[in-house]
Amino acid sequence: MAIMESVSEGAQVKPVRPGNRLWVWLGIAPFMLFALLFLLLPTATLMFGAFQDAQGHFTFGNVSRLFSDSILDAYWISIKISAVSSLCGALIGLVLALAAIQGQLPGWVRPTLMTFSGVASNFAGVPLAFAFLATLGRVGLVTALLRDVFDFDLYGTGFSILSFAGLAMTYLYFQIPLMVLIIAPAVDGMKKEWREACESLGGSSWYFWWHVALPILFPSILGAALLLFANAFGAVATAYALTGSTLDIVPIMLYAQIRGDVLHDQNLGYALALGMIVITGLSNAGYIWLRARAERGVA
Amino acid sequence: MKRNGTRVGAWVAMIVGALYFLLPLAATFEFSLKMRRDSYSFDAYRVVLGDPAFRATFGYSAMMALLTIVVGILLVVPTAYWIQLKLPRLRGLVEFITLLPLVIPAIVIVFGYLKLFNSSSWLPLTAHERSTDFLLMASYVTLSLPYLYRSVDTGLRAVDVRGLTEAAQSLGAGWGSILLGVILPNVKAAVLSGAFLTFAVVIGEFTMASLLNRPAFGPYLQLIGANRAYEPSALAIIAFLVTWASMGLLQVVARNIHGTRAETSA
Repeated sequence: MAIMESVSEGAQVKPVRPGNRLWVWLGIAPFMLFALLFLLLPTATLMFGAFQDAQGHFTFGNVSRLFSDSILDAYWISIKISAVSSLCGALIGLVLALAAIQGQLPGWVRPTLMTFSGVASNFAGVPLAFAFLATLGRVGLVTALLRDVFDFDLYGTGFSILSFAGLAMTYLYFQIPLMVLIIAPAVDGMKKEWREACESLGGSSWYFWWHVALPILFPSILGAALLLFANAFGAVATAYALTGSTLDIVPIMLYAQIRGDVLHDQNLGYALALGMIVITGLSNAGYIWLRARAERGVA
Repeated sequence: MKRNGTRVGAWVAMIVGALYFLLPLAATFEFSLKMRRDSYSFDAYRVVLGDPAFRATFGYSAMMALLTIVVGILLVVPTAYWIQLKLPRLRGLVEFITLLPLVIPAIVIVFGYLKLFNSSSWLPLTAHERSTDFLLMASYVTLSLPYLYRSVDTGLRAVDVRGLTEAAQSLGAGWGSILLGVILPNVKAAVLSGAFLTFAVVIGEFTMASLLNRPAFGPYLQLIGANRAYEPSALAIIAFLVTWASMGLLQVVARNIHGTRAETSA
């Protein structure tokens, strides 16, 4: 209804001329052309390539070869690392947001946390890898402190910054702040009155969090976790700078394939890319669905 | 009593969080000072800043970031404006397209470029250095679409686009001067905050630049990281300061948006 009104309103100001409709559409032509050339067609051509053999004939061969052990392993490690870093990131980010917004801390805490989260969520990639090497690497500051002060040999436990745990810990450095930024509006939406109502009816703190706050926040939390998952799943630079090619995760495998054709099969590379889009697409679709639910819940 | 417990818990959470986030920065800074065996020094920074390759790649990426911002604004502001004014029923579609770069990983997009624009294709953009630069810039505009479009669209919703346009038209303004003289100043804060975020993302970007084989700052960082000991830490600190500066400016601008909103609503 609103759309109809605004269209007729516009028509009053500018009388309809022949060719006017086409002209209206031309207004977004540059954007559509750009999106087509640099976003939609490149992605579409990979998806088609995933179903073609080297001669251009249709085949399911590439996709079925994704189910070989080494590629499945790479997907599995990628999924695990994204799941661990998104779940931990979502949990810790939620706790920090709750502490800053609902924890009755001094006024400066919240803006400081938000600004820092803006910075840290963008401090990803190669420099982040350097920072964690200097911290938890073999000669890193924390590794040295643990050894010299607490007489604890971190690397003696089998830990390595180049391993699964090390990479997950590094990812948390941008996952937690991203969670803080995404979840803050939802935490803000929790009204003081709810807690007061709960307390005046004799509900304990625990009762409030478990039976009131968590159910309200849950769709937002889960949705944000899915967004973090996609964020970690597509990340290349941090992992590559940190581990080189020692850890076989899908984005690194694809990167190596593009650089030096390690799979010796271009079309298998396209199938690898298709698999990535399917996984990030599913988790983003989940995010959009849950966000719509959360908005309805609050309204 | 209960409230005190909450506050103690909140403090503990914040302090543990602060430790996790500040320790790597402190460690990186400390490591970057250790280039001399016997004492702390800024030698690593001197080496890095004196490296011609540092200046060349940083300059290249800064230039790329500026071009990305200009092209991004030219693409996004008229589109968001037009959608609001004339084609509101396409809002959902355009929003969906601008969010796609969050769904499709950067490495997949650039892989698509290499397939679509290779030197034997119908549009061989990767065949020449200048056209590859253009392709890299286009990839960065694509990456910045989710932030830039959202920020501009939110800014436009806060002003009366229709009223402003009609007023300007009745004074005889053409589309160009409406966009430049009327609409752009009204979304200046939104455009600027999108621009700073774009700068922070583009300046150290690795995947696109590396796979398109352009001499950008991200691949330079990676190269130094693979071959040197102390310089990477100095570079990480510099990169962090650049990100901090971009995001700090963004906060200043964002606060101004809130300021003007409060004024108009009051």
